[in-house]
Parts: sequence; C-alpha cells; structure tokens
Amino acid sequence: MQKIIKNRQIIDSSWNYVQPDSLTQEKLQFPDGDIVVSVSDWHSFRDLCLAHPGKLGLILQSDEEPSCVQNDLEHFEMIAIHFPAFGDGRGYSSARELRTKYKYEGEIRATGDVLRDQLQLMERCGFNAFEVRKDRDLVEAMAGFSDFSFTYQADLSNPLPSFRRN
Amino acid sequence: MYLYTEKDQKIIEQRVAQYQNQTERYLAGKLSDDEFLVLRLQNGLYIQRHAPMLRIAVPHGMLNSKQIRMLAHISRHFDKGYAHFSTRQNVQFNWPKLEQVPEILKLLATVQMHAIQTSGSCIRNTTSDQYAGVAVDEVADTRPYCEIIRQWSTFHPEFTLLPRKFKIAVSGALTDRAATQVHDIGLYVVKNAQGETGFQVFVGGGLGRTPIVAPLIKEFLPEKHLLTYLEAILRVYNRHGRRDNKYKARIKILVKALTPDVFAKKVDDEWADLRDGPTTLPEAEIERIRACYQDPEYLTFPGDNESFISHIESNPSFKIWVNRNTVQHKTPGYRIINLSLKETGQAPGDVSDTALESIADLADRFSFGEVRSTHEQNLVLADVQQSDLFELWNKLKTLGFATPNIGLLTDIICCPGGDFCALANAKSIPIAEQIQRRFEDMDYLHDIGDLDLNISGCMNACGHHHVGHIGILGVDKKGQEFYQVSLGGSANEDAAIGKIVGPSFKEEDIANVIEKIIHVYLENRIEGERFIDTYRRIELAPFKERVYAKNH
Repeated sequence: MQKIIKNRQIIDSSWNYVQPDSLTQEKLQFPDGDIVVSVSDWHSFRDLCLAHPGKLGLILQSDEEPSCVQNDLEHFEMIAIHFPAFGDGRGYSSARELRTKYKYEGEIRATGDVLRDQLQLMERCGFNAFEVRKDRDLVEAMAGFSDFSFTYQADLSNPLPSFRRN
Repeated sequence: MYLYTEKDQKIIEQRVAQYQNQTERYLAGKLSDDEFLVLRLQNGLYIQRHAPMLRIAVPHGMLNSKQIRMLAHISRHFDKGYAHFSTRQNVQFNWPKLEQVPEILKLLATVQMHAIQTSGSCIRNTTSDQYAGVAVDEVADTRPYCEIIRQWSTFHPEFTLLPRKFKIAVSGALTDRAATQVHDIGLYVVKNAQGETGFQVFVGGGLGRTPIVAPLIKEFLPEKHLLTYLEAILRVYNRHGRRDNKYKARIKILVKALTPDVFAKKVDDEWADLRDGPTTLPEAEIERIRACYQDPEYLTFPGDNESFISHIESNPSFKIWVNRNTVQHKTPGYRIINLSLKETGQAPGDVSDTALESIADLADRFSFGEVRSTHEQNLVLADVQQSDLFELWNKLKTLGFATPNIGLLTDIICCPGGDFCALANAKSIPIAEQIQRRFEDMDYLHDIGDLDLNISGCMNACGHHHVGHIGILGVDKKGQEFYQVSLGGSANEDAAIGKIVGPSFKEEDIANVIEKIIHVYLENRIEGERFIDTYRRIELAPFKERVYAKNH
C-alpha cells in the first residue's frame, strides 16, 4: 500500500485509481475497495460508480475545472488533483475553488509531481493529502510544511489576510 | 519609504533559510537541474553566459542609503565591483557564485531586501513612477499601493506557478512615467466624480514577441477592491492562460484570444465570489501603509533660492544640467534630481561599488537618505534643496553622473545583451556606445531634444525597443548580428508600439542609420515639435526612404 501524507501524518492510502478509459459498456469492472474515477468515467458511469460497495473518489486533471462536477461533490469522499509537472499551477486554483466556492469538505489530495517545496503552498490552497513523488523521502518532505510561520494572504490555513488578524 | 514590521522581516529571513536548504539539496544531488531551475528562478537566479545572474528586488524603485551601501558591499565581495540597474527598477549582479547566493541573501535581509519573485512564472516586482510623492502632476502617491501589492503577491499560495511571468505597474500622475500600459496589469490611480480614489485597470499589455498596448478593462475600481480584483484577474489567468507554448503563455495572448470584453466579463464573474471578502482592503490598512510614505520634513521656503538662480544665470553648463536633469518638485525650494547613468562609454545602468557608496553619501547629505531607480536605468535623488544644487552638481560631475542627457537620444535604455545574457541574439551595449559617440556634441544633442531610444538584444525586449521613439532590436541572421530599427513607439500615457522601418542593418551601420533618421526629423520638424510629434505627423515613409536610399 502506498504511503502518503494526510493532515501532516504519514499514513497508508487505501485508494485504488481506476485507469481512465479502462471501462467499456462490455466490461464494467471496478477494482475492489475504495476507488478513484476520472471525470469522464463519472459522467459516463455515474450509477455504476454510486453502486460500488467501497468509497468513491474523483480525480481532476490540471485542465479540468471543479465546475464540471459542482453539483456532484457530495458523492466524493476524496478529490485528487493531478499535477503533470510541479510547475503547472492550475491545481492550486482548483483546490481553492473546491474549498471556498463550492465548500467541499472532503479530502483534497495532490497527485503526480508533488514535491516538498510546494507542500505548504498546496496546503494553504486547501490540499490536506499528498502523494509525494515516489522517489522522495516522506519524512524529509514533511519539513516543507513549516518553511514559513507567517504569510500575508487569506487562505485555507489563515482565513484572514495579515491585515485583518490580531 | 516602507519600513518592515517584525513579520515582514521574518518572512524574508525564512525565505533565506528555505532557499539555503534548496541550494544545499541541489548541490547534494537531491534536486535535479530542472527542479532546482524553477526554485532558483523564483529567487532571481539565472544561469547566464559566463556566470549566474542574481536579480534583487527594488520595490517600486525605492532604496535607502543603507541598502545602497549593502549593494556596494555585495558587488565588491561577491561580484566584480559593480551592480546593474535594470529596466524594471531592480538591481542585477552578473558574477555571483551559485554557492554564495544564500550568503548574499542573508546580507540583503539585514537591510530589508530580497530577491523574492524577481524571476520565474510568478508575480514580479511591482514598478512605478520614480517621481511618486514629489511630482507636481500627481493625482495620488502610488507607492502605498505598490507596497500593498508587494505584500499580497509575496508567496501568494495560488499564484506562484503561473503560466508565465506577471508584471504589474502603477502610475498616479498625468504623465505616465512607468510604461504602465505595456504591463500584464497596468493601474492608473484616478479620482471619480465624487472625489473617491480608485484605479483604471488595464490588462494584457506587454512587449516581447507580441507587443501589445493593454486594453482598459475596468473604468473605475474603488481602492478597497484592489486586491480582490487583482485576485480575480490572476485566477482567470492561472486557470486559462496557455501552458502549451511558452511564447503564447502571457496574459496578453489570453486577453487577445478571448477579446478584452469577454476577458473582463470572466474577471467580473470570478470577482463576484471574492468581492467584499476578507481580502477587501480596510481603510486602516491603506492608512498604515500610507503613513510610511509621508513627506519628509521639508523646510519652508518662500520661493526660489537666490544663489540657485544666480548660478543658473552665470553658469551655462549648470543651467543646461538643471533644465535637463532636474525636475520641478511639488514643494517650493526643492528639486528632483536625476543622476544619469548614461555617460558615453559606460554600460547603461551599471554603477561601480565605490560610486554606489558615493551615491549613498549624497543621498544622506542632500536627499533624506533615499534614492530611487528608474525604468530608464537612471537614479533619482527626489528631495534636494535648490540651495544645494550647485554643490551637488559639482559632485555628480566628478562621479560621472551629471551628463545632461536625461530624456535625450543618448539616455538609452539598453538590456545587458549578448555580452552577458544567454538569451540574447546580439550585443546591445556596444550599439548604445556607438550611438552615444556619434551624438556626443551636446549642442546638437540638445537641439534634437526629447527622444527615447531603446535597444534590446533579442525579442524578449528587456530594453523596451517596441516603445522607444526609436527602437533597435538585435537579430541573428545565420550567426551574424543584425539590427532592426522601429519608429514611433511610446511608453507614456499615449503608449504605442513602434513600426519596423524595413530590413535590418549591419552593426557598423547603426549610427549612420540613426543619424539619417535624425536628419529627416530636423528637416521636417515644425518649431517646438518633438521627434515623436514629427513622426506622428509625417509618418514612416520619409524616414524609410532616407535610410534605404542609395548613397548619393
């Protein structure tokens, strides 16, 4: 089982990612346990996903906006946001919108090119779980959460900007 | 100027520690070149032609004498004894060692300076009018807004990995001295009919491969909404800006593709969620920042200083310098002084370590200990008493900063070019020098009058060639350096992109070409007309005809 960071703890992840386009009308078979489906699979096989006995999660690619599932968020216990490269910053806006615009309270997980030097920024945008890239040490990566003890902006760690805090 | 609170100080110190750790991990092989690239760029460190280049932020061009002395110290001990002032009011060191950068940053932090977000795909240093707070034509002092934007943009969690770099400029005077309309976001501080302060918001201007003057997308944004509205613009850009092609990734391409109206609508939709939220600026916060930019303790003078006037009357050289390099100050008895960094033979914007120290001394003695950098790559002492001007002029002459050429043809904006920059297609500093030598005759130069001549060594346009009245762009043709000339650009409130005259010229012909262009102007100008006015009246054809005419 993959080790990940969730709520700043190292834990085992129970989620299985359903390969996109692996489902067809002829062969509708999910893996056992908790599953994460793509946006297109969710839209194509909604009833089947809901009937699955395990927990249900969704993965958003960097070019998929949360608005494409805005009315379905209650069905997902976890939403993964994929970073194809750590320099692709679209996922930050996705997480922030999920939390602030759509009031999503489930797990938001960063997947893909997830590295220590971005963890604090990601957390501030609403991510609470991190699949750190497999070639990196998780314990070392945890240091990335505490690079800064003070920041200026209103974000998910600090709902008020510095000028409204006491 | 703004003085750091404990928290402001803490954030830059923690940044030093973070960057030191990143450098150590890179040197230990725990970060790949590509991974470290993004991290070091976010901290202003490029790998250049000969060595790394470190860019230091100078927020809205404001420096105090202590900071200038620190820049001198760093240039002496970590560089080759000089610093370069860039076209974005920043300072660049061309020869630091990668391993020593954390140590340099530590020293900078002791004087409230940093290199945060001076490069990379993030929100860069906000630039402004070098005469902010002292200009006679000012609507409002822009510096408090620039500082508010600096704090908001520093490590903004959502906008640190944008599609491409992002530059904001703020101008608050009738004359735009900040090239505001060729920025990703340009803000003009304005008052509405009710006398309330707010902003005209321009989005999607820029130079580079696709030069565009920014369209206006908001007529009047009340000041308290500044940050929430910027946040809405950045979110639309972060989400929708192109990431598949570096050359189409700036916000100007998005605004153009969507059309300004559709883009503005998208921003308004996004803003609806953010407006009046916690990031709305309370009056008390604007006041807190504004309090840092209050006038220094000016003395009261009934009018012009008598000895100043008599020096002007008796000394023609002094008079020329006063008229050219100094500007009327809002307070009677004071002048704004420009230090020209454009003496012939000196690379535009370069200042030696000892000269920096002398400038710091002059600032302490004559101008409340403050110095400003300009996007034209000069320096300003903003608050000098008229009675001190003659003495200051003599000192500046000794230092080589009194060339009376501010705003003239030889006050060339010029990027470091092929001599330093890894991106450049061609050299630019030697071209500037070639032109300066041709126009060394001061009477002739002053007769030509106001003229912006800008040189870039490649189409990234760091030398702002598109918005020079005359622009020169270095191009590479089969390994040889050629120069394309454009005419009619402007970086002011009447911003315009210059038109290319025609086929490019050889390096050795540039001064001749410029001279021909000047001849056409002098032959055609109507009394009092500046070069740009004549160009706008007679347009490109007569210039084109002359520069390509066979010798006769």
